Amino acid sequence: MRFLPDAEQRAFAASLDAMLGSADTPSVVRAWGRGEHTAGRALWSRLAEAGVFALAVPEAYDGVGPRPVELALAFVELGRHAVPGPLAETVAAAVLLSGSDGLAARFLPSLAAGRTMATVAPEGAFALDGDAAEIRLGLASDGLRLSPGHGPARPSLDPSRRLTRLLPGGELLSPDPPAGLALTWARLATAAQALGVGLALLDRTVAHVGRRTQFGVPVGSFQAVKHRLADARIALEFARPLVLGAALTMRPDDVAAAKLTACEAAYATARTALQLHGAIGYTAEYDLSLWLTRARALRGVWGSPDDCRTAVIDARARPRG
Amino acid sequence: MDLDESAEQQDFRAQARRWLRANVPAEPPASLETEKGFAEHRAWEARLHADRWSVVSWPEEYGGRGVDLVKWLIFEEEYYAAGAPGRVAQNGIGLLAPTLFEHGSAEQRARVLPPMASGEVVWAQAWSEPEAGSDLAALTSRAVRTDGGWLLSGQKTWSSRAAFADRAFGLFRSESGTPKRHQGLTYVMFDLRAPGVTVRPIGRLDGKPAFAELFLDGVFVPDEDVIGEPGRGWRIAMSTAANERGLTLRSPGRFLAAADRLHRLWRERGEPRSARDRVADALVGARAYQLFTYAAAARFLAGEPLSAESSLNKVFWSEYDIALHETALDLLGAEGECADTEWAEPYVFSLAGPIYAGTNEIQRDLVAEHLLGLPKGRR
Repeated sequence: MRFLPDAEQRAFAASLDAMLGSADTPSVVRAWGRGEHTAGRALWSRLAEAGVFALAVPEAYDGVGPRPVELALAFVELGRHAVPGPLAETVAAAVLLSGSDGLAARFLPSLAAGRTMATVAPEGAFALDGDAAEIRLGLASDGLRLSPGHGPARPSLDPSRRLTRLLPGGELLSPDPPAGLALTWARLATAAQALGVGLALLDRTVAHVGRRTQFGVPVGSFQAVKHRLADARIALEFARPLVLGAALTMRPDDVAAAKLTACEAAYATARTALQLHGAIGYTAEYDLSLWLTRARALRGVWGSPDDCRTAVIDARARPRG
Repeated sequence: MDLDESAEQQDFRAQARRWLRANVPAEPPASLETEKGFAEHRAWEARLHADRWSVVSWPEEYGGRGVDLVKWLIFEEEYYAAGAPGRVAQNGIGLLAPTLFEHGSAEQRARVLPPMASGEVVWAQAWSEPEAGSDLAALTSRAVRTDGGWLLSGQKTWSSRAAFADRAFGLFRSESGTPKRHQGLTYVMFDLRAPGVTVRPIGRLDGKPAFAELFLDGVFVPDEDVIGEPGRGWRIAMSTAANERGLTLRSPGRFLAAADRLHRLWRERGEPRSARDRVADALVGARAYQLFTYAAAARFLAGEPLSAESSLNKVFWSEYDIALHETALDLLGAEGECADTEWAEPYVFSLAGPIYAGTNEIQRDLVAEHLLGLPKGRR
């Protein structure tokens, strides 16, 4: 038992961090939210080159997967840099399409290479960024369908997320797709992304309260301010091992616990970040808003807090495997 | 990175489980905060020690098995899952022993550790004073040089287990007028039954004498009971304090077992919707704490020091402990008021968590200043 990322895994995360740190993601996010996808697609290609989308794709189809631990580490970095787009959805699509050789051969190589992006929605739910994705998968009652298109994009509370309804019908790809497994992967990716969002919010807020002075001293020297930030750090530090532990076991209850905890920690950190930035944090023009609204959105997708608690407690009703 | 137990670790777990199954008393002993319970718990320590399960992480020469931190965690999981009694020896094992391993002399280790491991000598901590709690460096109890040793005078308080324990350890001011308050402090061990010691038990919220005040009037301590160099006690004590807040006092095994018990209680009570979220959160919190601890153990075994993270740890477990036990009392309904349920004493115990071992306010300051790098300010 050695529950620590190894040197190679840490280097992978650090290289993504460095690449994204120099990519001016705030302007990429803002353009994406306006429906301008060029910069986002370019960033997507660079992430693919770094191997991010290959992690959920089996080796036989140009992937390197399944590698949930590396995926979780990568998604922490995507969250920290507020990368936009159907990230968890593309991961879920890769898992759904791995269910049959024919589908895998047809779709996965271009997903792994970043040439295509995918979105997925269960019947009745919104598909994230259906206007940007080439592959729109609908989980219908009769199986997995390739949707022929999407309805108008509805705005999200997170301006970078575009919510679309998929058009019904389309080609029936599989009557029996691995929907449960895809949900587990999407949940893990979302949990890791939320952790990254929370870490970014904390870092930016710590920097802000160190600079900002009131009453002649840095705001960050006030105990009331310190304690809110300490609580944020504690919440995030205890979410991190749940995310990595879930990636190792891929047990649905572990993944649900990770999603619940990471999203709650990120959301609580968002509330703290907003409070401690004061009015400037309440503006759309200040970059903090990109993470603030993302924390809210991730909390509700791929398993609400209630769904996750249900998964945890239901797993206890059965003997643990 | 992995969570897989090696064959050797699995074997150790199975061995511990077998022993505990065969030896854990069917009828739990009385509260260790009572005279009768203290004696019963002392006997249990002896039982553990007889088969070398009382201090598994210590070297074999002192009665341990020399296992690493991961195996210690495995043992603790099995220990609490088996419903084994709380450890009356924990102040000594968790606080004094690590100090002796790091700063004590070979003679001190050989003399002090074996009777600690067997429960023959039970240790109490003597840190706080009436005017020195969270601001521990404000302490004023003195150690004055005398022939062959030191004379202790002053008052200590909130001394856990001191009502029934045999010996105590703590810090005393051995120099006056030092430029800084945490200089000139000496770390000593002393006998609670020595001439000049008066122990006044203090009842905690439920009336049980879980701690005591110590009045010291010229208590003689021989030189061999000073740990490390006289005057350098602060640094030594700080390494002990990190142990107290960190791993050794609150192993995840205790919370995993408590969360399981809470889940069982919830099911027995008909799975009320009103408590479901809190029960789920207790299960999740125990898992988070377990995995956080595995990660800390891995870092420790890789040679990284554990320091400020013990402050993260302490705030987490102490608040978690209260939330879990409050949920249990709420589930019990009217019975939750009764002091004789299996939940009552651990609930009372949990209430002290955010107060002792450095209040949670102090821990949050440490997290903010040492981990987040925020400026020091007025407390």
